[in-house]
Amino acid sequence: MSDDPAHLDPRDELPEHLSAMRAFAISLTRNVAAADDLVQDTIVKAWTNIDKFEPGTNMRAWLFTILRNTFFSERRKRKREVSDPDGVHTARLYHRPAHDAHLAFSDFAAAFNQLTPEHREVLILVGALGFSYEEAASTIGVAIGTVKSRTNRARARLCELLDLKEGEDPMSGSDDAMMAVMGRSKVQVA
Amino acid sequence: MAHDEGRPNQCGPNVKALIDQNLRRVYQEALEEEIPERFKLLLEELRRKAEGQK
Repeated sequence: MSDDPAHLDPRDELPEHLSAMRAFAISLTRNVAAADDLVQDTIVKAWTNIDKFEPGTNMRAWLFTILRNTFFSERRKRKREVSDPDGVHTARLYHRPAHDAHLAFSDFAAAFNQLTPEHREVLILVGALGFSYEEAASTIGVAIGTVKSRTNRARARLCELLDLKEGEDPMSGSDDAMMAVMGRSKVQVA
Repeated sequence: MAHDEGRPNQCGPNVKALIDQNLRRVYQEALEEEIPERFKLLLEELRRKAEGQK
């Protein structure tokens, strides 16, 4: 690292991204303990490979790439070693304490938990964080078209799990699944 | 477990917006979790090691 004060050590930026890394890790794993291990591995890899980071580029996206590559490669390894990795995983799913007011959102979260990590990944990047398809494609390391089709399939799968159909008016929705999506909207419906 | 990929996307635009709103909440809730001390300690340790190598 340069001692020139004009060239700050990019590793000094790492603490700023801890929350985002952890939130992305929780989104992928749905399991806080697994997410923390993943963040730990990501920090160590980022630290030791900091020379591969191009200053001036998006560090969060760079860290997300390390994190998701670590997650999916571990997952592939585990799948080869363990006969029922998903069963083990499902038993320790991430759940926040349920409050009555959050009941509807918990239905949405339960549907989200049922998605594959690949679907959760694109939905969080594109749907929650507003990454462009191009940014998401570069973070994940796949073609833009793959991100588009995967995102569409992931949304369709969520609609299916929540029993939402094209043409239904969510504003007049009274069934439980619709209320789940309406959930704890901070936006007041006029 | 293959999803029927030939079927059109079932989400209408209103539903899509509501899904995205809930996705933001999923992420936001995870973001608001307190960061465990272990990460700050890990960074300090890495920093100490790096400085020891100078």
